[in-house]
Amino acid sequence: MPKGRSVTSGLLDRQLLFVSGKGGTGKTSVAAALADLAVRQGKRTLVCEMDAKGALAAAFEVRELSFQPSEVRPGLWAMVMNTEDSLKEYLRLFVRIPLVGRIGPLARTFDFVADAAPGVKEILAIGKLCHEVRERHYDLVIVDAEASGHIVAQIDAPRAIRELVQVGMVRDQTDWMLEILGDAARTGLVVVTTPEEMPVTETIELVDKVQSTTDVNVAAIVANRVLPQWFSVPDSEVFAALMGPAAQATLAAAAGPKVATVFQAAALAQARRDGAVGYLDRLRECVSADVPLLLVPELFTRSGGRRVVSLLADSLHEELG
Amino acid sequence: MARGRDSHRELADLLSAKEMIIICGSGGTGKTTIAAALGAQAAAVVGGRVLVLTVDPARRLATALGLPTSLGNTAVKVPAEAFAAAGLECRGELWVAMLDTKSGWDELIRRHAPDATLRDTVLANPLYRNITGRFVNSHDYLAMEQLYDLHASGQYDLVVIDTPPSRNALDLLDAPGRMREFFGSRLLKWLTVPYRSRLFTMASKPFYQVADRILGSRFLQDIAEFFVLFQTMEAGFVARAKEVERLLTDEGTAFIVVSTLEAAPAREARFLADELHQRRMPLGALVLNRTLPAEVRQPAASKAAIALAAVADDPVLSADLAATTGCDVTAVQHVLAEVAARFRDVTVVAGREAERRRELEAVVALTAVVPTLPADVHDLASLLAIGEHLLGNGNR
Repeated sequence: MPKGRSVTSGLLDRQLLFVSGKGGTGKTSVAAALADLAVRQGKRTLVCEMDAKGALAAAFEVRELSFQPSEVRPGLWAMVMNTEDSLKEYLRLFVRIPLVGRIGPLARTFDFVADAAPGVKEILAIGKLCHEVRERHYDLVIVDAEASGHIVAQIDAPRAIRELVQVGMVRDQTDWMLEILGDAARTGLVVVTTPEEMPVTETIELVDKVQSTTDVNVAAIVANRVLPQWFSVPDSEVFAALMGPAAQATLAAAAGPKVATVFQAAALAQARRDGAVGYLDRLRECVSADVPLLLVPELFTRSGGRRVVSLLADSLHEELG
Repeated sequence: MARGRDSHRELADLLSAKEMIIICGSGGTGKTTIAAALGAQAAAVVGGRVLVLTVDPARRLATALGLPTSLGNTAVKVPAEAFAAAGLECRGELWVAMLDTKSGWDELIRRHAPDATLRDTVLANPLYRNITGRFVNSHDYLAMEQLYDLHASGQYDLVVIDTPPSRNALDLLDAPGRMREFFGSRLLKWLTVPYRSRLFTMASKPFYQVADRILGSRFLQDIAEFFVLFQTMEAGFVARAKEVERLLTDEGTAFIVVSTLEAAPAREARFLADELHQRRMPLGALVLNRTLPAEVRQPAASKAAIALAAVADDPVLSADLAATTGCDVTAVQHVLAEVAARFRDVTVVAGREAERRRELEAVVALTAVVPTLPADVHDLASLLAIGEHLLGNGNR
């Protein structure tokens, strides 16, 4: 894929964005925030949760989401992937079998086979997403995708199916799917990480694997929960001096003995921040420079849900410029 | 901890009494570190041969244990000198192994294949890697199989297993049952009916017609061939799966759920606790990792932060501090103001954590806490320090 194009075209100007990353890094929140931002830009947006854990519903503070997209706020639709429903839709749209009434049991049996056959579940999921893109039902489809361990199998399913299946309808349909997935102007993968050792290592490995084995463009890396820098370098020297016993004694006399706790909390935050900076440096070093790195600060909020999504969207907006 | 129960003591009892501890929880909560810390503490303090079975250790963790960076299926002993260097005499032995799911499947096939020809045919089947990697959550099943093997070998007094990152932690617990059911399932029967004859079975005809149109008959045939081979291993697989299942509810087994006090992992931990209970699988403890120190919640600390802001505004006191530290007055004032202002962020997070902690403590009887540490775990000493947070240092 021509890599130069992806840098110039804006992240949200694409039509299909997969959001993946190590578990626990905030994939769902980032996917929801990107959707929030797209809606602010006036885009008709669909966001789809792939693993049906309910995290997306929690992010939008709605009771439940289903395969049928529901409008969670004006211009923003949300759904959860379900391969059985996807198959039913597929049969209805493409096979046009005259036994509409029998699709139900048929789909159930098929789902049974799909469990064992490699790539079939993945192709049903990815096929649904590509279909939405092709039909232009939405300006942008954002996928709260599988975690880093499973994402390559998912986005690469059309190619795997092409290799495994020699004839048949599914094979024919992989052509247009591959075209959408391999077009950097239309499709991108966003990898979410946190500035810690394991997530950064996994991110580097994932980006490498996606770039070397698939045609999908890595559109951005989002480093989530980056602790703020409390002090500049000269300030941190002052801070260290103030942690000294003589200064602490003066401070305790003036502000009470618990002033030590306040300083310890600051020292802890500063140490974590220093560690995070090291991991972010490693990330920049190991990932090719044409993949933008977006930093999202740690949020000191009371709650989760919509408030967090909105604050995250603000930060992403700032980073995207 | 200022709590009614002695969680240090109870967790130490758990490590002494159980033969197997299964660590689970959502991704990114520090399961591997907690597993290693508990294993190291058990080996050092309780004694005996302890094995930590990990899925994907950060290279740093392997280095921390003084081990080669490429851990494999074979257990490696952590040298006693490493404990000595960390200032502790290890009463027992600490062994570490990594779960290698790929070679694990090969081993399963080798074990259960009725003869060498069949074994080689399966291993050479083009769909073998593809299928074994995907169906019935084979990673999870393999984790359970290996655990069973190690237990059955009688080589260890305690095995601590760090579970694979799983989309849903329950996949792991249900994996043996599902493997067993898979062999008795309609799915396998359908797949293994000879291709020709099933085309003429009235009931299944429409299904195969559609399936053929969509997937192509060749693909279905390839799959069927693989499963015909696979079915010959039924007896071995089913018997093992049953035993593995039994082990999960054994009284020598305990589960430890690891969570942070962030919203999503905490929600997952509660859910996991409920589900374990329903499956009669013994939840030994909940470990709350990376919590803020309890002191930051004290009202006196917040008062001190407010008073600190006043110190920053006080020219006499700041000049005094500047003289004591040899720093510039404005720099001192700026840093003091910053420390005071940011403490509010810290208390917001601490308040949020305290609330979630209360919710979790209502669900799980035994909870232990590991505070957030200034740096990542980088040596055995820091692992043992985490162990001491969990178990106290009274045993030392």
